[in-house]
Amino acid sequence: MTSVPSKLYSDDVSLVVVLLDTNPFFWTASSSLPFSQFLSHVMAFVNSILLLNQLNQVVVIASGYNTCDYIYDSSSDASQLGLENGKMPSLYSNLLQKLEDFMIKDEKLGKEQSQRAIKSSLLSGSMSMALCYIQRVFRSGPFHPQPRILCLQGSPDGPEQYVAVMNAIFSAQRSMVPIDSCYVGAHNSAFLQQASYITGGVYVKPQHLDGLFQYLTTVFATDLHSRSFIQLPRPAGVDFRASCFCHKTTIDMGYICSVCLSIFCNHHKKCSTCGSVFGQAQSDTSSASDLKRKAPET
Amino acid sequence: MASGQVSKRVKFKSSVKDPGTPGRLFLTLERLMFKPNSPNSATKLNMEFRFVKNHKYTKEGSNKAPMLNLTSSQGVSYIFEFESYDDLHVCKECVGKALSKTGETPKPIDTSEVPSEQPSTEELLLRMNMLRENGELQKLHMRFVSDGILTEAEFWATRKKLLGGNFSKKSKQRTGLKSFVLSDTKPSTDGRTNKVTFTLTPEIVREVFAEKPAVHQAYLNLVPRKMSERDFWSKYCRAEYLHHAKNANAGAAAAAEAAEDEELALFLKPDDILASETRRKIRCVDPTLDMEADEGDDYTHLPDHGIVRDGSKEITESQHEHYRRTLSQELNRHAAVVLQGTPIDEEQLKDTQTVAEALKLSKQGENASNEETDMNTNQDRLSRISKMIEIDDLQASSDLPLAPLSIKDPRDYFDSQQATALKNSRDTSIGNDPVKRILSTEESYASLRDSISHVKTTGLINPIITPEAAVKVLSVLTHNISSTKYDIGKNHGLSFLDTLPNTSKEELLYHWTSLQELLRHYWSSYPITTAYLYTKVNVVILLSE
Repeated sequence: MTSVPSKLYSDDVSLVVVLLDTNPFFWTASSSLPFSQFLSHVMAFVNSILLLNQLNQVVVIASGYNTCDYIYDSSSDASQLGLENGKMPSLYSNLLQKLEDFMIKDEKLGKEQSQRAIKSSLLSGSMSMALCYIQRVFRSGPFHPQPRILCLQGSPDGPEQYVAVMNAIFSAQRSMVPIDSCYVGAHNSAFLQQASYITGGVYVKPQHLDGLFQYLTTVFATDLHSRSFIQLPRPAGVDFRASCFCHKTTIDMGYICSVCLSIFCNHHKKCSTCGSVFGQAQSDTSSASDLKRKAPET
Repeated sequence: MASGQVSKRVKFKSSVKDPGTPGRLFLTLERLMFKPNSPNSATKLNMEFRFVKNHKYTKEGSNKAPMLNLTSSQGVSYIFEFESYDDLHVCKECVGKALSKTGETPKPIDTSEVPSEQPSTEELLLRMNMLRENGELQKLHMRFVSDGILTEAEFWATRKKLLGGNFSKKSKQRTGLKSFVLSDTKPSTDGRTNKVTFTLTPEIVREVFAEKPAVHQAYLNLVPRKMSERDFWSKYCRAEYLHHAKNANAGAAAAAEAAEDEELALFLKPDDILASETRRKIRCVDPTLDMEADEGDDYTHLPDHGIVRDGSKEITESQHEHYRRTLSQELNRHAAVVLQGTPIDEEQLKDTQTVAEALKLSKQGENASNEETDMNTNQDRLSRISKMIEIDDLQASSDLPLAPLSIKDPRDYFDSQQATALKNSRDTSIGNDPVKRILSTEESYASLRDSISHVKTTGLINPIITPEAAVKVLSVLTHNISSTKYDIGKNHGLSFLDTLPNTSKEELLYHWTSLQELLRHYWSSYPITTAYLYTKVNVVILLSE
């Protein structure tokens, strides 16, 4: 595994891009953590990041089922205005309003498209949006906060997004943007584990979801400068095994398309990801795809 | 200094500051004895080198007095002060030899199998120095050699590079022979007086003797008893001249002269000694290289290309066939001599007599060894031919004993962690949700929107987090952080060894180096052909477990 090139951070100003999972199929099925509770934890966390340093910035991007969009940007002027409900500061009301609008849009888009087999959220889309925003921040001048990405995800990984997610991960690695992940779903997400491992971020799967806020503030609020001396929990092992694209089962040995490197567990005539046709098998294995063993790195 | 006592005047001290009791120190290969000068003092010492564990000396360059410090296995140290550094060096050598001798503990069973090369004193000293300087090496040495698991020879066999620094200076290279055919220098002819003058230098003589053993033999036999050196050489030169003469009748002339003069005949006929030598060499040809080599291959009798020595190319057979030498024979012989090099040095090339003697001596040595090998050669040859004829596939399996190493799959150690880690992380509260009624898409979206508006109206939950939950989370996190530091094998950029405390790190490294050493000896003992190797291998395996 290539180690993340270390960067020296001179101060603790940070820009956190929060990727919020708003997949309705997941949240309605999740019994231990209702969506409203989840929202409360997240919004309190966002506020506390803004409290840590005057110059900190937070951007919230919602990854829905059919689309992704910016929900909240602390550096924009619009966030200062808003309805000041007696119950909450304007930050929250803006965020919630935008979220609601987003859900409507998402539902509308969903009516036209067919549903996928695995109800995953559009992680790749939101990651790409986050990276574009961060690139813009990089080019904004010498004094910019240090960006990082925080993925709050609960939905399972969608195998059709594998290539896009890996691309996003590698470009994050290249720009030295750590991707932290807090996975609130049922089983571990291989995408997020790999993302955090490759980019040098932190992956946490909280065991006690009623204390999610505590997890967030203890682990994910640390800025990049402090991470050099603060020990953060690291997962014991990263599951590098790939999942086959047809059944989403993790496999050790499989067939790989030589064009797009997508992985299948049994022989196919045509690659379902990139559409390239595999040649006739001359012997046991076909000539266009290799039998490779993917072993987990120790 | 193979055996015998070394005795020096010394002062025996119990510590460095002690003035010391004067007396004499006796050193043999097994024990050391100290006798004080005055018979009343109680400080006598008589102990065997077996009990001496360590020895230290003061350096020559320092201003301290020359002293030797021996530490016994009980921990007592004996200090001896010498009168001069020369004494110290002599004793140092003796002590070194004695200690290395006791270091070779009795070996198991087949000691006759062990290659018995006694290392020279310089090598011993080198080894001592190396052990003293390199603490790691010393530990390994103590562990294996002192316990009798490996012998000294085996221990140092793999470390020849470390020891071999000085030895290259010792081997002298012998200068080789010129490839120019000296023995064939043409004489200078004097047109007027029809005289032919041959010049002979000791180098030429050496080459002549090397290439033509019959001439050498003749020289040793005839000179100075039967004829003078000058006569001998003039006869030889005459024979040469006859060979080189470009007459058609050269053969006949040679035969005629040979009939007259029997010494001349010696020079003219083919060299018997040479022939027998080549025949012997053919017998020694390795049958695994060339099974067809046999006596017909000796080059002195090969049909050649018809180029005769005097440059003519006639193919006519004459009765005097064997008086003619051919170019190929001469060239071959010269080449063989050049490649062999010369066993005599430049200083011995003073005159013909010394050259002859020197060559004779060296040949005698060769012949003696040749006779021995000849006896074995035939045996050897037959056995090797029979081995070569065997077809591998049809043989029974060679039952060399095997001592298996138990090799464990390293993935068991690493993968299991991963598996348990993954297993642990799966046991969360969100697991198997009870299957609610599957909501349609609209219903899902609707319920989500409801939650959002719920939050909007009621605000955030109060309190965000209960203290108990917070404490629980914090303790879990801290436990996780502290435990993963020791559980996982790889941290980002941090090597596992560095996280260990120093003593356990050193222990681990010590175990690793000793295991490497054992494995090296294990693999070098295969294939197990003798009982000694078998026992050694088993001991090695036992130790590595």
